Amino acid sequence: MVHETVAATNAVVTLDVGLPGVVWGWIITMNMWAKSIGTGVIFMLFYLLKKYPVEAAAYRFKVALISVIAIHVFLLFTVIDLHQMFRFWHIFFHPHFTSAITVGAWMATLFVGLLFLLLYASFIKKDTILFDKVLAWTVVLAIPVTLYTAGLMAQSTARELWQMPTEAAQMIFAATLSGSAVMILIGNRLSYEAKRDLGIILAFSALGAFILYMSELVFGPMKAEEVAAVLEFIKGNGEYATMFWVGQILAFVGPFILVVLALMNRSTSILNLASISALVGLWISKHVWLVIPQLLNMS
Amino acid sequence: MQLGFLVDLHLCMGCKGCEIACKVENEVPLSTWRLRVKYVDVGMFPETKRTFTPLRCNHCANAPCERICPVSALHYIENGIVNIDKERCIGCAGCVMACPYGAIYIDPETQTADKCTYCAHRVASSMMPACVVACPVEANIFGDLDDKTSNISKYIQAHQGDVQVRKPEKGTLPHHYYVGGGNVHLNPLASRRDEGYSLFNKLTSKMPVGGDH
Ligand code: SF4
Ligand code: SF4
Repeated sequence: MVHETVAATNAVVTLDVGLPGVVWGWIITMNMWAKSIGTGVIFMLFYLLKKYPVEAAAYRFKVALISVIAIHVFLLFTVIDLHQMFRFWHIFFHPHFTSAITVGAWMATLFVGLLFLLLYASFIKKDTILFDKVLAWTVVLAIPVTLYTAGLMAQSTARELWQMPTEAAQMIFAATLSGSAVMILIGNRLSYEAKRDLGIILAFSALGAFILYMSELVFGPMKAEEVAAVLEFIKGNGEYATMFWVGQILAFVGPFILVVLALMNRSTSILNLASISALVGLWISKHVWLVIPQLLNMS
Repeated sequence: MQLGFLVDLHLCMGCKGCEIACKVENEVPLSTWRLRVKYVDVGMFPETKRTFTPLRCNHCANAPCERICPVSALHYIENGIVNIDKERCIGCAGCVMACPYGAIYIDPETQTADKCTYCAHRVASSMMPACVVACPVEANIFGDLDDKTSNISKYIQAHQGDVQVRKPEKGTLPHHYYVGGGNVHLNPLASRRDEGYSLFNKLTSKMPVGGDH
């Protein structure tokens, strides 16, 4: 209603010094993207070890290592985004547990501990039973580590676009999408059947995420004026419209079609292409969704 | 005790005395503001009218900034003020993302979050906030909302039906009220921000992180 009165009132802000706009930029995008990979590969390894134990056995160490690297990229970008990065330890010594940031930091720390245990079990001890036991706990912890960013976005009361439980679903889809993509790319020793399963996970994650984005795009504005105003940035000639659609096509539409083609032709190279596209597109999609609500002036 | 603010927009004449007093009192760095007076022009020339709205932290009873702060740098004090401990802040900007009123910024000098504290340090010494003292028309009314006889409580009683808060739908329960405000004053979606219309829109020195959207 309010927005419609602008034409009638011709109300124009003539003096106000806007407060900062994009505070969480590409560094936070990197954070979310790397975290999706770090937790996603753990989910995929767990699945492969249950379904294809023999061929997946060779991936225990590799996946633990990839997850450790991805989670450290995530942690690195989390810390460098802090304006007072050397005070990071305050989270552990003055924790405020109503904050998703605190809960996430504590869980991510535990998660890293378990990942190092996985590395120890697979590289030094070479104990698969220990590895699989620890992996089960790592999978359990990977779920809240994946979800905490959704909690953080939901706690960002100012950003109406980021709603729970949509963001929670998007985080899980991002993890399964990127996890399956990375496994396809490193899985040259996996059978076609295992890769097919990963392709199907990738395709359904892409479909799920795409449906959520499109639902928000179409139905979001019907619920809240602020959401409508934010989505203007990705509609028509909006500042982020091109980037939004490039992201959607690379992350979701393209990979979905490519996986269907790959399965029809039993082609692993098309699966590889779908995976690369999904990984690149996911970064772009996450970035657009992160930035656009910050373009709306709050006062 | 629950301290609160009320601005009578019928009285405010946009002199920015409060803004400057706040800057001086709290040594707010260049290009950042704890308190801003926003001007919105309404109508078509020659039938135009300028509205003035002082904007500051609302010291919400259900403050999203306090909830999201991972280290309790933002915290309540017993008189209801949402205060900030800049020594504890890690600069994660969670509060900037959470405050629906754009009341928090990252101070470019200390690299920590900052916002209006209702001059908690002055209040602790039984003084009024600097902006209240500076206002030449007494448009800013400050006091204890729990005390029925305080000036602010009496003002609220006397102006029943015309007392509003910003964005009540957010459920933040602000302790900052406006009398005589319309959508144009209180709702950012009710006005345009046209390129080139704003005075002082070419600020370059020490911009806070994030540019000037
Ligand atoms: S107005 Fe913003 S900064 Fe102030 S208490 Fe409410 S949420 Fe926090
Ligand atoms: S920037 Fe500082 S005050 Fe704001 S949420 Fe982070 S630690 Fe708390």
